[in-house]
Amino acid sequence: MWDYTDKVMDHYKNPRNVGEIENPSAIGEAGSLVCGDALKLYLKVDDNGVITDAKFQTFGCGSAVASSSVLTEMLKGMTIDEASKITNQQIADALGGLPPQKMHCSVMGHEALESAIANYKGEDAATHCDEKIICTCYHVTESALREAVEQNNLTDLEDVMNYTKAGGACGQCHVAIQKIIDEIKNKKEKVDIKNMSTTQLVLKINNVIEKHIAPELRKDGGDIELVDVKDNKVFVSLKGMCKSCKFSSNTLKNFVEASLKEHISPDIEVVEV
Amino acid sequence: MPEKVVYLDNNATTMTDPEVFEAMKPYFCDLYGNPSSMHEFGGQVAKAVEKAREQVKDFIGAKDAKEIIFTASGSEGDNMAIRGILEANKNKKHIITTKIEHPAVLNLFKYFEKQGYEVTYLSVDSKGNLDLNELSNSVSEDTAVVSLMYANNETGVILPVEKAAKIVKQKNPKTKVHVDAVQAAGKIPLDVKNTDIDLLTIAGHKIHAPKGIGALYVKTGTLLPAFVIGGHQERGKRAGTENVPYIVGLGKACEIAKNSLEYEMNEVKRLRDKLENGIIKSVYNAKVNGSTTNRVPNTTNIGFQYIEGELILLHLSDLGICASSGSACTSGSLEPSHVLKSMGVPFEALHGSIRFSLSRFTTEEEIDYVLKVLPDVIFKLNKISPYQRELKALEEAHKR
Repeated sequence: MWDYTDKVMDHYKNPRNVGEIENPSAIGEAGSLVCGDALKLYLKVDDNGVITDAKFQTFGCGSAVASSSVLTEMLKGMTIDEASKITNQQIADALGGLPPQKMHCSVMGHEALESAIANYKGEDAATHCDEKIICTCYHVTESALREAVEQNNLTDLEDVMNYTKAGGACGQCHVAIQKIIDEIKNKKEKVDIKNMSTTQLVLKINNVIEKHIAPELRKDGGDIELVDVKDNKVFVSLKGMCKSCKFSSNTLKNFVEASLKEHISPDIEVVEV
Repeated sequence: MPEKVVYLDNNATTMTDPEVFEAMKPYFCDLYGNPSSMHEFGGQVAKAVEKAREQVKDFIGAKDAKEIIFTASGSEGDNMAIRGILEANKNKKHIITTKIEHPAVLNLFKYFEKQGYEVTYLSVDSKGNLDLNELSNSVSEDTAVVSLMYANNETGVILPVEKAAKIVKQKNPKTKVHVDAVQAAGKIPLDVKNTDIDLLTIAGHKIHAPKGIGALYVKTGTLLPAFVIGGHQERGKRAGTENVPYIVGLGKACEIAKNSLEYEMNEVKRLRDKLENGIIKSVYNAKVNGSTTNRVPNTTNIGFQYIEGELILLHLSDLGICASSGSACTSGSLEPSHVLKSMGVPFEALHGSIRFSLSRFTTEEEIDYVLKVLPDVIFKLNKISPYQRELKALEEAHKR
């Protein structure tokens, strides 16, 4: 038994705006019969770009119907521009939340909305077909995965499964999904150093030096010490074997600076003192 | 929750028969002795345990009560049997089961597959029937155990386990045959003594005993190492002080189940058929999954095409009707029923498959109530489906 909110129950028991719109301004589709849930969204848009009517048809579980139903309520009266800013989290929030394993229902609502907006703007939705599919069982594309991970701050495989279904069947794509999660996580951790206090930046730099740089240098009998940080310039001094090594300038640029750029910011410049 | 509950989910679990509960009661606060004790106070409890063992023996048709080991669940029986056989036959590296087993067996086989065992998963046809030729061709010198379910939990389809056991022994007399009879027990007669079955598992809570008790039949002469090492209980195969009240309950439940078989196979079957035929007749997008002839008498699995199972269950639940579904959404996993998928049930029916399982406590009035309210639930949900054209075609075809 799922722990559905009263709002979810209300919407699957009495779904709003069920059916088709005759001569709709846009139709959006997401999911498929094979996947176990599918949604068709119909929009009527007036000359000012305002959505005057929204209807849906859904093949899916209670939370899929509730997500579709609440989405049509949200859409009515919005402009297409406003509608394009709706996230799957907002759909889930409008229902008072969804169980984690059911978040993919809100994602499906969001996908159908995107598809309807593309259809309204006359964009060829078929271009999506050329995209790289990561999960072949549920036909989840790389861009859909990236969007779900970024928008919802997903940090592990199970979250991604709950939100997108990707990886939920044969499991062959788990490595590929993990790679995407790691990539986005790494990118997020890199921040604009201008917005950081000096102390924050020093701590971060020191952390990278201790974790990633110093251990490698120590293997060769060398070491490194952080001397100062000024704006984007990091002043370090090489110690031990590194000091007398003829490749020290090489080490500095290709290893020390490269590591700091990778982990913190591409703007960093390393200077030896 | 609505006041009236129509419980049609007896393959999930059953109500403890009040008569069983009565039989158990004295063994909590009055007759609480340890069956292993020397004093008469414990001795009388030991007698109750042995009586229960006799009742289980009679129920499954074993030769000797010594062949019965009490367990805590069906899953435990399956584990004790399969793990035990593999431990006793370490040189054999091939094992056989079916694609439609309960997770208790299927996941255990997947585990051993990861450990390096070669596993044959036997397929079934669209009716859920096993191909005995495939079985015969799979058994080799290296086959340690063949584990087959007696009746499938989702469809109720019966597998020819006695014939299968015979075939296995003809190919390799040393290969052991384990039968998971959890869903067959109490629904069709069991009689292991004159078969080639070496081990057989039952679970109490499917036959109106409480949850947390089961039994494993181990044919005399079958080498099975201890599953729980410790004291001498259960002939040293499963140490631990006996769960006396539950063992007494299981014994009583087996006795009643044996006497109720006639009723199950006639009256419960009649009600099941009434429900099934009524739904098929009134709902145009309904069809039965699996064989309708070769089935336990209490189960029907109906695919409602182009609508989704969880949604159906939620709406039935609002009306007090309890059933279950092979839909992915109900399980928490993303995958729909492996049983229906193995049978090749098409996706439009797979996701909307509902299992109704009756018991001897199901009444005619309850079935009439379901038949009265269910069609409107389905028709209401059909209206939400994006597959209106397909549904329309089914409706037209149903009229003709």
